Amino acid sequence: MVSEGTMTDSYRIHGETGEWEVVVGLEVHAQVTSNAKLFSGASATFGAEPNTQVSLVDAAMPGMLPVPNGECIRQAVRTGMAIDAEINRWSRFDRKNYFYADLPQGYQISQLYHPLVGEGAIEIEDGNVTKVIGVERIHVEQDAGKLMHDQHPTRSYVDLNRSGVALMEIVSRPDMASPAQAGAYLRKLRAILRYVGSCDGNMEEGSMRADVNVSVRKPGAELGTRTETKNVNSVRFVMATVEHEARRQVGVIEGGGTIVQETRLFDPDKGVTRSMRSKEDAHDYRYFPDPDLLPLELDDAFLEACRASLPELPDAKRKRYEKAGVTRYNADVLTAEVETARWFDALVETGAPAGPASNWVTSELFGALNRVGKTIADSPVAPAQAAELLALVADGTLSGSLAKQVFEVMLETGDAPAKIVEDRGLKQTSDTGAIEAVIAEVIAKNSGQLAQYRGGKEALFGFFVGQTMKATGGKANPAVVNQLLKAALQG
Amino acid sequence: MSVEPATVKRIASLARIAITDEDAQRLAPELDNIMGWIEQLSEVDTTGVEPMTAVIPNTLRLRDDVVTEGGIRDLLMKNAPEAEHGFFTVPKVIE
Amino acid sequence: MVDLTDLGVAAIRDGVREGDFTARSVAEAFVAKVAKAKLLNAFIVETPDHALAAADAADAARAAGEVPKPLAGVPIGMKDLFCTKGTATTAASRILEGFVPPYESAVSERLFNAGAGMLGKLNMDQFAMGSSNETSAFGNVISPWRRKGADGIGSNAALAPGGSSGGSSAAVSARLCPGATGTDTGGSIRQPAAFTGISGIKPTYGRCSRWGTIAFASSLDQAGPMARDVRDLAIMLEAMAGFDARDATSLQLDVPGWEAGLSGDLKGKRVGIPKEYRVDDMPEEIDALWQQGIAWLRDAGAEIVEVSLPHTRYALPAYYIIAPAEASSNLARYDGVRYGLRDLPAGAGLQDMYAATRADGFGAEVKRRILIGTYVLSAGFYDAYFTQAAKIRTLIARDFEQAWARCDVLLAPTAPSAAFALGKKSADPLAMYLNDVFTVPSSLAGLPAMSVPGGVDKDGLPLGLQIIGKPLDEQGVLNAGLAIEQRAGFVAQPEAWW
Ligand SMILES: [Mg+2]
Ligand SMILES: [Zn+2]
Repeated sequence: MVSEGTMTDSYRIHGETGEWEVVVGLEVHAQVTSNAKLFSGASATFGAEPNTQVSLVDAAMPGMLPVPNGECIRQAVRTGMAIDAEINRWSRFDRKNYFYADLPQGYQISQLYHPLVGEGAIEIEDGNVTKVIGVERIHVEQDAGKLMHDQHPTRSYVDLNRSGVALMEIVSRPDMASPAQAGAYLRKLRAILRYVGSCDGNMEEGSMRADVNVSVRKPGAELGTRTETKNVNSVRFVMATVEHEARRQVGVIEGGGTIVQETRLFDPDKGVTRSMRSKEDAHDYRYFPDPDLLPLELDDAFLEACRASLPELPDAKRKRYEKAGVTRYNADVLTAEVETARWFDALVETGAPAGPASNWVTSELFGALNRVGKTIADSPVAPAQAAELLALVADGTLSGSLAKQVFEVMLETGDAPAKIVEDRGLKQTSDTGAIEAVIAEVIAKNSGQLAQYRGGKEALFGFFVGQTMKATGGKANPAVVNQLLKAALQG
Repeated sequence: MSVEPATVKRIASLARIAITDEDAQRLAPELDNIMGWIEQLSEVDTTGVEPMTAVIPNTLRLRDDVVTEGGIRDLLMKNAPEAEHGFFTVPKVIE
Repeated sequence: MVDLTDLGVAAIRDGVREGDFTARSVAEAFVAKVAKAKLLNAFIVETPDHALAAADAADAARAAGEVPKPLAGVPIGMKDLFCTKGTATTAASRILEGFVPPYESAVSERLFNAGAGMLGKLNMDQFAMGSSNETSAFGNVISPWRRKGADGIGSNAALAPGGSSGGSSAAVSARLCPGATGTDTGGSIRQPAAFTGISGIKPTYGRCSRWGTIAFASSLDQAGPMARDVRDLAIMLEAMAGFDARDATSLQLDVPGWEAGLSGDLKGKRVGIPKEYRVDDMPEEIDALWQQGIAWLRDAGAEIVEVSLPHTRYALPAYYIIAPAEASSNLARYDGVRYGLRDLPAGAGLQDMYAATRADGFGAEVKRRILIGTYVLSAGFYDAYFTQAAKIRTLIARDFEQAWARCDVLLAPTAPSAAFALGKKSADPLAMYLNDVFTVPSSLAGLPAMSVPGGVDKDGLPLGLQIIGKPLDEQGVLNAGLAIEQRAGFVAQPEAWW
């Protein structure tokens, strides 16, 4: 469902001269999951000793040539397919020329004129409304190396381990209208990348970072001049960047100034953006086709294999869950992270009914994981064990509260629920004779309350239920207790 | 004429080649002469002609995703004018 | 006793195989010749140990009864554009001063694996940019050739050996090595070969791996051999060519047996004469040689047809956009950080260091081309210059394709003049660029092309004829070259004055 304007796009900056709209576009750099770099056979893994994952090609030694890594192309194509984008069967690599110490070749191999992936779209939720954010393109390019400025009084240190690592640059349309939408887009994009397996989405390690393009305008006016805040590395910071940068721009314009198109940096400590003078001079990149590389042409078989390898994606999964009786809220929660969705799928595959299973996962399991500080990926309880537990509830063996007790034991011991029920005698009882005997006792002990109840204070019913459950050690079937109590109390 | 000394200075700065004003004065007419000669290309009607992308018909081969290189830090640093603690070093950059 | 340095590649190979002489004696003879030829300035680095070690290996292998390698016992010269492991490689530029590659270029590796030894690294135009070998940071190469006046008395004026493979051409023609490697971007093998009375072939783009060869203009650069005759070229090219997965533009094809396929019989072949190569101010002697070449090929059994390559006149200006554009980017890596020269003026920042290093390290012609290349790619000019040139390149390639419907090879002069005096054109870049007018079109189209000596001019200086072939038809090119060689009977050689 697509909704335009009013509801989702109601975010406004309240300036002195009235209200301002915010226009946001994101260029996300996502590191492609691969063993080796985009154009060399050096490892692309994170965290190695400086300059140990550098080939002759990455260090731009004279006469060295790039040869593309097929896996990086495949992952970018799969990503494009996951956002329903046009895949360009004919694409080409270009050189982006500039001089910097993290760029040994003096150019970055990228794709300007003919990117691998064209127009696509990503659906986001803003509140309870769905909005479609356009993706203009995805192209494949090399990452740069890393500079360290704090190791030496007069020198910067150059580490080329990242030099040449494959990135996808995912360029959105300026379709976001608030910090919340920018955040939702980035979270959704990250989820998709992780479902597809084309990027690990690890923002702390720099696997994903966003260039945030922000401009402001009076409602309905032409687009304003934008600024680009580079390399923002968390959802929270992206939202803060949008918010701060929009306010700053409104302040500048209302103060009689104009916005200059420039590159800015987000300072997470101060929560503000500032101009990045060091990149000012680098605007003329002199792009041209890389003469070391031929055009990249993809055939049907390659594209078919890419398509066939795509997993079920978050939106499709969510819809399927909803159809199976999961609430919209639970479905959103369960599909937000690929590990959660996989865990839930495994649970449902064992036959557990989706609705109750989703409630159990989002409340009981998440609560427990929170308490023990674990993620679902290393959950101490496996989907099959959870299925067993839910089956015991479904067939009446366990009440809700008994199930909680059993689950606690499962978390501690890792034992199977049936064994726990057996060992600890936690089985729920529906034996009416036994329950009636307990009820008789409870009534006898509480004659005062009985009189009040019979005198019209019906709220005391809960008191009798509680006393009965307590007396049975929680094992009595609550439905049976209710039914028998009602009869007994009426006398 | 089109290539002025100021243009030469701008281009030289883009190419990171330090030049003096005298260099720029000297190079401007020289480059202008060359560019003027190159200008004759504009008389060719290239409507509907695709720019050449591969000299000899050939398609791009893709490499397997295998780590085959790395661990040659000392070798890489051997020719470096300046290196320290396993890093190449450059004058301090203020970002 | 025979002077071993009078022998070519095939003769040395065969003589070593037959045991007529040892590889060691061959290597020693050439090493001595190289050592005595300092005046030519053909070598930047001499590597006698490499040549001698390869020779000893060849002799030992023969003694052990092993199957001889294709180039066992043949010492060669290596253009300094090829990175050689453990041997300084500078592309004749100060910016690579002190650079010792920790890797071996694909071409030199193939040659060494074939048994060849290396006599040294040959001087050249800096980064292969030049047509006279006057742009080297290590001084001009002097051609071994000298003019003879009408009275038969020689002149002392130093002549250009051609460029950019001028060290290669000078060394081969002065018999300092039987064969050498060259690279050809717009004529850098063929033009110096023509200037010095030797043969040289640029194969189809993609035949020789570019891996480890210092790049000038990637879409044009091709390695090829330079030697005294066509057979020697075939032998060397077989060793140099071949698929290399490390070069994305390398052709995944088997290397034909070019030597075995040599034949000067052109019956059934058609030779095209491109009428647009008859330029207005072509010296009469060049035209006369061209006519003579036509007669020789007809005599070899070929049918002669006139063909048209209508975009020929635009090839050179298009080349002077494409090659500098690619070069401006290829040479960005020479920044004083990882190898070579670093000029760090006091208090300079990173970008100042780049600018100072590159101003100091690059020669004038290299800077000129970097500036041209930067200019044509810069904002607002890209489409008008680079894209237009790339489209014209398509038209030039199309011209050739249409010609192939009418003929098998093309015959043209290699260069518009004989060797000129050093210094004569170095002040006028445009006049220098015009040297490549006949060689550049086939470079832009990636075609195989060679130069063979056809005769001498009135001053006794060599003139070359050029054969251009269809993509991958090096055999057709070599065979037409052989037909000329057999009829030209070119035996002139420079008198040793050095
Ligand atoms: Mg960006
Ligand atoms: Zn990018």
